[in-house]
Amino acid sequence: MTETSTDKPAPPAAPERQAEPVVEAAVLHEVPGRVTELGGVTVGNTKCENPFMVAEDVNVYYGDNHAIQNVSLEIGKKEVIALIGPSGCGKSTFLRCLNRMNDTIETARVTGNITLDGKDIYRKEQDPVALRARVGMVFQKPNPFPKSIYDNVAYGPRIHGLAADRAELDNIVHTSLERAGLINEVKDRLDEPGTSLSGGQQQRLCIARTIAVNPEVILMDEPCSALDPIATARIEDLMDELCEDYAIVIVTHSMQQAARVSRRVAYFHLGLLVEVDETDRIFTNPQHKLTEDYITGRIG
Amino acid sequence: MQSTTLILMLGFMSIAAFFYGRRRSLALVGGHGHGSALHSLPGYYGYYVAIWAVLPALALLLVWVMIEPRVIVALVVNALPDAYRNLPPGELNLLINNIQNLAAGDVVSVDVDDVLQDAATMFNAYIEKSRQFLAVLALGMAGLGGAMAWRRIHPDLRARNRVERVIRWFLIAASSIAILTTIGIVLSVLFEAIRFFQKVPVTEFLFGLTWSPQTAIRADQVGSSGSFGAVPLFTGTLLITSIAMVVAVPVGLMTAIYLAEYSSARIRGIAKPLLEVLAGIPTVVYGFFAALTVAPWIRSAGESAGIQVASESALAAGIVMGIMIIPLVSSLSDDAINAVPTAMRDGALGLGSTRSETMTKVILPAALPGIVGGILLAVSRAIGETMIVVMAAGLAANLTANPFEAVTTVTVQIVTLLVGDQEFDSAKTLAAFALGLMLFVVTLILNVIGLSVVRKYREQYD
Repeated sequence: MTETSTDKPAPPAAPERQAEPVVEAAVLHEVPGRVTELGGVTVGNTKCENPFMVAEDVNVYYGDNHAIQNVSLEIGKKEVIALIGPSGCGKSTFLRCLNRMNDTIETARVTGNITLDGKDIYRKEQDPVALRARVGMVFQKPNPFPKSIYDNVAYGPRIHGLAADRAELDNIVHTSLERAGLINEVKDRLDEPGTSLSGGQQQRLCIARTIAVNPEVILMDEPCSALDPIATARIEDLMDELCEDYAIVIVTHSMQQAARVSRRVAYFHLGLLVEVDETDRIFTNPQHKLTEDYITGRIG
Repeated sequence: MQSTTLILMLGFMSIAAFFYGRRRSLALVGGHGHGSALHSLPGYYGYYVAIWAVLPALALLLVWVMIEPRVIVALVVNALPDAYRNLPPGELNLLINNIQNLAAGDVVSVDVDDVLQDAATMFNAYIEKSRQFLAVLALGMAGLGGAMAWRRIHPDLRARNRVERVIRWFLIAASSIAILTTIGIVLSVLFEAIRFFQKVPVTEFLFGLTWSPQTAIRADQVGSSGSFGAVPLFTGTLLITSIAMVVAVPVGLMTAIYLAEYSSARIRGIAKPLLEVLAGIPTVVYGFFAALTVAPWIRSAGESAGIQVASESALAAGIVMGIMIIPLVSSLSDDAINAVPTAMRDGALGLGSTRSETMTKVILPAALPGIVGGILLAVSRAIGETMIVVMAAGLAANLTANPFEAVTTVTVQIVTLLVGDQEFDSAKTLAAFALGLMLFVVTLILNVIGLSVVRKYREQYD
């Protein structure tokens, strides 16, 4: 494991970006009053009222590949923020910085500053394991463990010692499944393997598994991309309910989904955070030309 | 004509047939641009013609080679003078053998007289004629088959389906070779074992506690009673195999876990090939490593601790056998661990598991069927291993569970029973087949148990 921490020497300043073909294409559709250049500056508003996680000047390198550059973003309590952008733009990479999942990639190196509730999560004393218990993650493909439904949800509480006895554990499992909207479908078959569920149920099981640990932030990496529209709608409803207790960061390729579930939207492009704003503003009046091109379907 | 020349010519004919068939199919539809008017790709028409040219000819060749010697022998015997023809079957066989040897220019066991010489000449003449006839027939058949198939080419001919049907039969034939061989081996061992059990009762073999397979050559010989109790051999095998597994399973499994989950790419790149070198060392080398290095070391270590250790001990053989098996266990377990999807790892880590929790609670359970399968293979390997035990554990069939004593195993006894000049109908040599049968049954039972355990506890992740 490569230890990634802020005490590493600061990286050289991001190299001057070459003119990318995509940018040139974007310039062709010029509209007066829009920012068109792809500089290092994020337009819109990266701040929020009640910041819970704050990223400042985050850079991620995979070996020699500079995956994201100088990203600064605040994530508020009890809000859903959506990260959108074309494939390979760095949104998943940024997401994986927030719970240090990038540590598991040998060549990854993270610089900059990310705080959770005011404390640097890349400081030396921070145990990444403890961090991941506070910042849970739901993945693109449902990945229930090859265990029973009960054991899947009980996994987190067990390893973190959250339940004193069996009754308490039962209670946690029950509540988590209830909050994930899965309890009615599985309450009579908790002993069956988690993999016996349908795709949408599996993803809700993974969400139940995540909230069973009682995290403060939930990261979702394209949680609905492997699901059908009905299962997707259920998960989106679930996010609406969950954001009353958790900060949710969701990466999505679906602009409709971002519009439906999120309060704020961050648009990434080629490793840069181009624009952040309230969802309404982004979709009705984007400040940056690239954002507009992306949401209107001209690029990406 | 030599049969190799004939086969080469058939090969050339098939290549030619391929091109003719391909060209005709294209010509029928009007050249390269119109291939879509054909039912199959042009190449399939080529293969179709080639198959029809070669397969019937090859089948003829095969049948001919099988029947030819009998027919020729019958012809030669018929031409012999009555005095020879009416010999009893055994002597007649000997005579035929001599004729064949004389014809081939080999050593003959009797004085060569005129009759024999004539018969040999006649034999050679028949063979020559038969070969010429065969060559003409086979080449003619190839030409005829190819020409007929060539004429049959038509844009609607379902050439691909026909070629694929022939290929499927080839695949079936290939896969049945292994199965038939296994059945053949089992049957031959079984029948020899039955012959053994006619001489020695099954109960004595299975439950007898003494193994001393000497049989009398002369009736008045001393100390040649022969006793065939296989229990000491199986306990010896069990003892050495257990020691080997005690060494190999933990070391191999931990190696696999380290290499798959903890090591850096650089260490992995060095360690894996080194482990494979370990797997490539011949067992004979392990054998003298065990006999000359490990066994004396264990003996002196035991003596300094006040334990009596035989100079050839089960412990030495078991430890070295365990070391030999480490690469097998580790590489199979490594494969099983790597086959667990990364999504499992990410899921566990994302919930705040430590690496060891991820390993023990998620990855190992998911990889368990593969790991158990690997260990089972390793056990079979250990049970069947011979050379190390011959060199390091000795030949004494002691009934003991003490790893510091010399023991012997089933495989070692099979070797000693069959090495050297033996008569193949004595109880001593037949005992080898009975041991082989027992070994086969034991490993079969082990595999069945192992597979059912794996199936029961398998945790599916896809």
